[in-house]
Order: sequence, then C-alpha cells, then structure tokens
Amino acid sequence: MVLRATGKAGSPFAAVLGRRPVRTISASGAAAYLGEAMRDVAIVATAQSPALRKEERRNEVEILMPVIHELRENAKLDQDDIGFTVSGSCDYLQGQPFAFVTALDAIGPWPPIDESHVEMDGAWALYEAWVRLQHGDIDTALVYSFGKSSPGDIRRILTLQLDPYYLVPMWPDPVALAALQARALLESDGVSEKDMAEVVARSRKHAKDNPNAQLKGDVDVDQLLNEPMYLSPLRKHDCPPITDGAAAVILAAGDKAREITDRPAWIRGIDHRIEPHSLGVRDLTDSPSTRKAGEVAGVGSGKVDVAELYAPFSHQEIILRRALGLGDGVNVNPSGGALAANAVMVAGLLRVIEAAQRIMDGSADRAVAHATSGPALQQNLVAVLEGE
Amino acid sequence: MAERVAITGVGQTKYDTKRADVSIAGLCREAAVRALEDASVTWNDIDAVVIGKAPDMFEGVVMPELYLADAMGATGKPMMRVHTAGSVGGSTALVAAGLVKAGIHKRVLTMAFEKQSESDAMWALAMRIPFQPALVAGAGGYFAPHIRAYIRRSNAPDHIGILVAVKDRQNALKNPYAHLHLEDISYEKVAESMMIWDPLRYLESCPSSDGACAMVVAAEDSVSGDRAPAWFAGTAMRSEATQFAGRDQVNPQAGKDCAKEVYRQAGISDPRREIDAAEIYVPFSWYEPMWMENLFFAPEGEGWKMTDSGATAIDGDMPINPSGGVLSSNPIGASGMIRYAEAAMQIRGQAGEHQIDGVRTAMGHAYGGGAQFYSMCILTKDKP
Amino acid sequence: MPERGEGTIVERPLRLDYDYTAGLAQSRFLKGIAQKKILGERCPKCGKVYVGSRGSCPTDGVATDGGEVDLPHKGTLTTFCVVNVPFAGQSVECPYASGYILLDGADIPLMGLIQEIPHDQVRMGLRVEAVWEDEVGPTLQSIKYWKPTGEPDADYETYKMHL
Ligand SMILES: [Zn+2]
Repeated sequence: MVLRATGKAGSPFAAVLGRRPVRTISASGAAAYLGEAMRDVAIVATAQSPALRKEERRNEVEILMPVIHELRENAKLDQDDIGFTVSGSCDYLQGQPFAFVTALDAIGPWPPIDESHVEMDGAWALYEAWVRLQHGDIDTALVYSFGKSSPGDIRRILTLQLDPYYLVPMWPDPVALAALQARALLESDGVSEKDMAEVVARSRKHAKDNPNAQLKGDVDVDQLLNEPMYLSPLRKHDCPPITDGAAAVILAAGDKAREITDRPAWIRGIDHRIEPHSLGVRDLTDSPSTRKAGEVAGVGSGKVDVAELYAPFSHQEIILRRALGLGDGVNVNPSGGALAANAVMVAGLLRVIEAAQRIMDGSADRAVAHATSGPALQQNLVAVLEGE
Repeated sequence: MAERVAITGVGQTKYDTKRADVSIAGLCREAAVRALEDASVTWNDIDAVVIGKAPDMFEGVVMPELYLADAMGATGKPMMRVHTAGSVGGSTALVAAGLVKAGIHKRVLTMAFEKQSESDAMWALAMRIPFQPALVAGAGGYFAPHIRAYIRRSNAPDHIGILVAVKDRQNALKNPYAHLHLEDISYEKVAESMMIWDPLRYLESCPSSDGACAMVVAAEDSVSGDRAPAWFAGTAMRSEATQFAGRDQVNPQAGKDCAKEVYRQAGISDPRREIDAAEIYVPFSWYEPMWMENLFFAPEGEGWKMTDSGATAIDGDMPINPSGGVLSSNPIGASGMIRYAEAAMQIRGQAGEHQIDGVRTAMGHAYGGGAQFYSMCILTKDKP
Repeated sequence: MPERGEGTIVERPLRLDYDYTAGLAQSRFLKGIAQKKILGERCPKCGKVYVGSRGSCPTDGVATDGGEVDLPHKGTLTTFCVVNVPFAGQSVECPYASGYILLDGADIPLMGLIQEIPHDQVRMGLRVEAVWEDEVGPTLQSIKYWKPTGEPDADYETYKMHL
C-alpha cells in the first residue's frame, strides 16, 4: 500500500500516517521533490563472494549459488518467500548473449517467479526492487549481481560503452578517459597527486579488515608517489584491479523487515541521475548527477557516519566526496572500495551492501552508498541508509 | 491500491531490414518524439527514461543507455536499461509503469529498440560455447522442435501455421509501420516457401528488423493529450528456468502463471469473451495456437481450432495481432513494446486501417529466451 | 512519415577474445566424455538426473552433486527439427536433423545430430545411440552423431513429460 501525502516531506499528514517520508525523485527541471510518503523498505540480509583476480574453476552459476544460499540463510527465507527477484549483469563480460538467463539457474526459479533484469550494475537492480516494493502487494525482494571481468579484455569491452560512431573508432578506453578526468582535476583547484595517493593508501589500509578484498596492506603515500606513471597522471594503483565476483541482498518492507532482522538498514532515500554522454559538454572535475541524486536522497539532512563510494579511480573519490558534501568526519570506504576489488556490474551493489552492513552491525547509524556507471562517472546512484 | 497508470502516447518508427538513413540514436529518437507528440508533452515534462533492448551484441554497443542519454533527453534525469531477452519490450514498459505506479514519477518515457542491421543477429545469437558443436540454428532452430511437439500433442493439422502466416501478413498490409508488406501473400505462397527449420517454413518466420517503439506512461493526474489514454488494468512478469527436468516447453507454466496474474488484477474470468483484441508475441506462426492455450483463450489442445475457424482474424471474435504482429516486424528488443503500443492504439482508436471497432479491453504480451520469460498487460478504456 | 534519405554504413569489425570457464560440473561432464562416458549428476534435492548441467539443478538452485550416474549411450529422440538453411557458426552441413535425446535414466535431454536415417524418416520417439569419433576429447564433438538402434519406437507416454 502506498500512502500519498501532498506537500513536502515531513508534512503533518505524512507524520500522521506514521511513515517516514522518503525524499525521492524530483520532476525534471526546477520542480521540487514530490514529497510522497513512501513505504519503508530496508536491506535485511546481504552476501558476497570473495573477490578473485581470476576465478577459473567456477562459472557464473557456480559463483552465484553459494552467495544466494548464504543470503537466504541469513534472512531465513526460501525462494518461495521472495516476492520479486531482480538482477544486474552485462552479457559482454561473459561474451555471450543472454548471459543472465542461465544465471537464473542459481536461484531455482520454480514454481515460476516474478523476475526482471537490468543490463546495469546491481545497484540499479536494487533500485528496481525498491520501486517494486512500493507497489505494496509484496513485502520481500531478492537482488543479485554477478560479473567476471577476467574472461575478456575488460578495457576493450568497456570502451564499447561509448558512442559507436564518434568515439569507439578511436578506442579511448575507460582508463584513458579517467586519466583525462584526473588531469582536469589536477589542473583545477587544490587537488594534488598526493591527495590521490592518500585515497589509495587509505583504501589499502581499510581493506585489511575486509576478508573479501583483493588488494590490501599498509602502503606509504611517498612510496606510492614514487611509482612510475601508468596513463599519466594515473599510476597503476590509482586504477582498480580486475575482479570476478557476485553479491546479493534481500530487501523487505515495514514489519517484515523487523521480523527478519533486529536492525534493518532502512533506505531513507534513493535516486539516480545520468549526465550527457559526450565528455566535451561535461565538467569532468565535478559530478552534478551525483550531487542531484544526493540531494534527492537526502544526504545532507543528517550526519553521515559512513560512505561507500564507487570510485574505480582514486581521483574520482575526491570528486564524489565534494559532490556529496562529505566532510572529514565521514568514514569513506571502510571496505577499501573499488580500488581494493572491482567486480564490474557488482561493485556498485557491493557499496550498498558494505554501507548496509555497517548499519546492521550497529557500527554506524547513517550511511551513504553510491554507485556509478559509464565513462568518467557518467551515471550515478545515491542511497541513504539508516538504523532505527 | 497503488497509483493508476495510463499510456498517454505511443510512437513507432517504420520498421525495415536496414534503416541506413538514421543512426541508432536517430532511430530511437524518431519513436520517442512521436510518443511525446502523441501525448502532447515535451521533453521537459518527462521525469525519467526507461529503455530496453535485447542483447547488446545486436549493435555492438555495451549498455547503450549511456550513449543514448542525450538523444533520449535523459540528462539530469534517472535513466534505466532493462534486458529480459525477447520479452524485454514488455518488461521495459512495465518497469516504466512501475515507477509511476509507485508514486515516484508523474510521467516516464519508455523506449525499446533494435537496430540489427548494425550487427549480425544470427551471429549474435550463435552462442559459440566451446566444447560443444553449434547445432541450434538461430531462434527458428530453437523453437521448431517445440512446435513439432505441439503438433504431436494437439493433433493439429499441418495447415494451421500457414493460416497464421497468411493472416498476419494480410493484417500487416493495413499497418503503415509494418516491415513486411507482401501484397501478393497467399496460402500457396506460404505453403510453397522454403522449409527452413522443418516444420517451419520461411514465410512462417519473423523477419529481422530495425526499429524502435516508445510510449509515455503517466499518473492519473498527469494524463495529457487529445486522445483518451489506455489504462493499465493488469501487469505481470513471470520467469522459469530455460531447461529443467520435466519442463513443459509447449505450454510453459510461467506463461500460464503470468496470464492468470494479469487476469486476476484486471478482474477477467473469461479472457476470450472479455478481451476484445490481443497483440501476442508470435515470431513463428505456430506460436499463435500455442499461446491461445497458454493464455486460456482456448482449452489445452484446441488453440489451433481458433486459428482454423477464423476466430483470430481481424474480423473474428478474438482478433490476434491486427497489426501484423512479430511475423511482420521484428526489431527484437522493441517487439514486446510494440505489442503493448498496438494494444493501446486499439483502445485509443488510433490504429487506422487495422482498428477493430469498440475495443474496451486489450492485451499486450511478450515472451523471451527459450519461452521462459513472460511480460503481459491488460489495457482498458475505462479507468480501472 | 518524413522522407528518408540514404545513409552510409561503414564496416567496423571488432574482435574480443574470451577465456571460457566451463565450471566444476561441466568439467566433470567433459572429462567423462573424454573417456567415452556420459556422466549424469543427481540433484541432491529432487533426485533428478541432469546431463551436462551448468552446475545447478534449475528448479532447486543447488549444485548437482548428489551422485554420479554413468548413463547408457542410448536414448529416445523426444523432438527434433530438420535444418535446411545454413547459419553463421554452423558446425555441420545442411540439411541435417538435430534434436533432443533423452538418455535412458536421465531426466533432461541432450542436443544431438541424427544420422544414418533419411531426414523424412526421423521421428519423435525414435530410439537412438551415440556414434563416437575415433579420437575423443573433452568436448561434445566427441559424439559424432546419433543413429537409430533399430529398437521399436518409444511409446509417446514414456517421453511426453519431457517435451
Ligand atoms: Zn533438483
């Protein structure tokens, strides 16, 4: 049941309904957010595979299966208890059309299930599940995502995301485009290569506590700065590793969420925005789509304890922090982030999972999760998670 | 009950083997602009964009929503990309409708496309998995054995497939957007066409088309345009696995479950009597009688009798695919959305020469993969 | 409809190479094939015997590790199609008959080529057996094709639930 309140979020009407108004989506242009009282939806269980440089033994179904089993066990739910199932993946990673089709075998979709798939990062699958739960007829949703970046040449594959007529013939790969962005940032105001190295050092340090991370350890900033250039101004450590992996979450609404876990990670706001594709019309030193999504999701309306940002390149974390207005007091990427493990198509959903984990284990009360897609942060999703 | 959702605008491109006159973005924009015009709205009135298409390998563009953001007027807005195999055109429309139903957006533009001429669809469909010989010859080769099983199971006479092919190709002559306009189509022509994937003949199979279809879906308080909208009275998706022990590949359970669910939502108990027209995903002739049974228009084993008696003809009591259907135009990713759009056009009285009189309830249907993914809607003239 | 001009299509071939991971279950199956064995795997939950699975029982979503079944090289052709037109990436010459072969004791059919019988005599329920290549390896191509065994056709009732 979706109850609607007219007026702004936090209006007395919304309060009377006993529902926390979730800031959602504005209309295009200048209009303010609609101020609906959305249904309370929370992340109640998560699971992820280890991040591996090259998983050569198991195929996608076999990577996914134990993750799904662990997830359902965590929530004490069977597939029959799930109202909606949705996944995010990319055929081109596997080099086969309809790659997501066989992945469904890992779920055991029998009797037939209400199911959908986005050819996007799993974070957008989670968004679709959140929307589906707003319809009010079901209380639970399962979201999964898988991606092996190792079977093909991930840089060539992601280059095919570009305009096929004007850009692809030049083969500017995602690392080259990120370098272009990093250069623009370094040439702008007050960002130095040292700042980028500090992002890397912190990521490696945080990843030490993450059993699922790939790159971890204590590294010295000066040491990092002595490394040779890779694609100037990026050094190799400014770039993400190549990772195979899978992840999944269960969402539940209202009392169902409280029934499943003592401390659900409530989604207080979620939004995503896309920017123009043509790099020439974007200010690469900024991320206006992240800022807008953050505003709609309500990032600024409370203190942020933890932020998990999908910044595959070190300098992008700096851009994202600024766009979201995250100050020094925010613990950014306690998991190590995408510099520690970057299973393409999964890494965005993993940011939501890592943020949610910290709410669920009580170490944070309010967390921000971010996911990105496309060259140089073209498309961005922001979610605000809270404990009760 | 969640928000009511209506289709307020539809737009289609001319479907053709090769639309060399437009880029991928140009093709998509052609459909989108027509949908906006039909709904009497501008790009600024759109809150979000949801696009869909079948495998990216059909054009060689990975996750093309990124490249299409500008052309789809999506910059600064939320944009999503759905992919559920052949059912994607339908699922994409349902994801868009779902955003409005949830009360998140007022107006969403949804668009699905395929520009198969920019790659090789048969190539893209050939799995080329190592360690196994390539035996399945495209989609026709995949579905032909299941058609044979249907014929055996129902004891249907051989000519049923030919009747469907003739009917849909004749209907296509009334649809200016249809890819195939075979003026001299006849029973003999179809019967004599080459048996490509025995028991499927060349003229019993869908073409490979370039094309796009778009729709504007809106909340009750944001309905616009000169024409009355088509209301979603029921929406459902269902999936099962591609292959499993004991799977009924002729009359799949997921399809039956999906149909039951949309009928339940729309309050339909006798679909053949209560639905006035249906646009059903029939890429190969025999799938018409097969789906008649799967959708409960006919008892099991008797779907072919509907075709045989002329019930599914444009002047029959249960008109199926008055637009000419997938058999006449098949831009794969868009084909499902075209079914929804054509159903909406019947409700809204804008189907021109292939308009059926007095349509108040219409069905849109799409299926995909190895017939394990389903997406369906019931549209009505009256507000549900 | 607006007037349509002529466009130009420029060919831009692109090449991507992939390492294919067969996975645990398929590797076990293919290793069996390399020894001229067709190994089925039982689902520990529903007990169905899967052949050449991608790793899971698709209805239960669990690994098919409930026991190996050394299947006979003989089965029933449940349904088939005769392909008369060549397609990209095809591995056999047209026309050819290919279909689903349900091995005795298996619960899921294998895809295979039907030969040593005229195409117009291929039929549902035909009993067939594997004809192996002289040199076998970890690929399904080790089975050259399937030929009629000469046994009477299987009764429709025995395989109709596999259609
Ligand atoms: Zn089982």
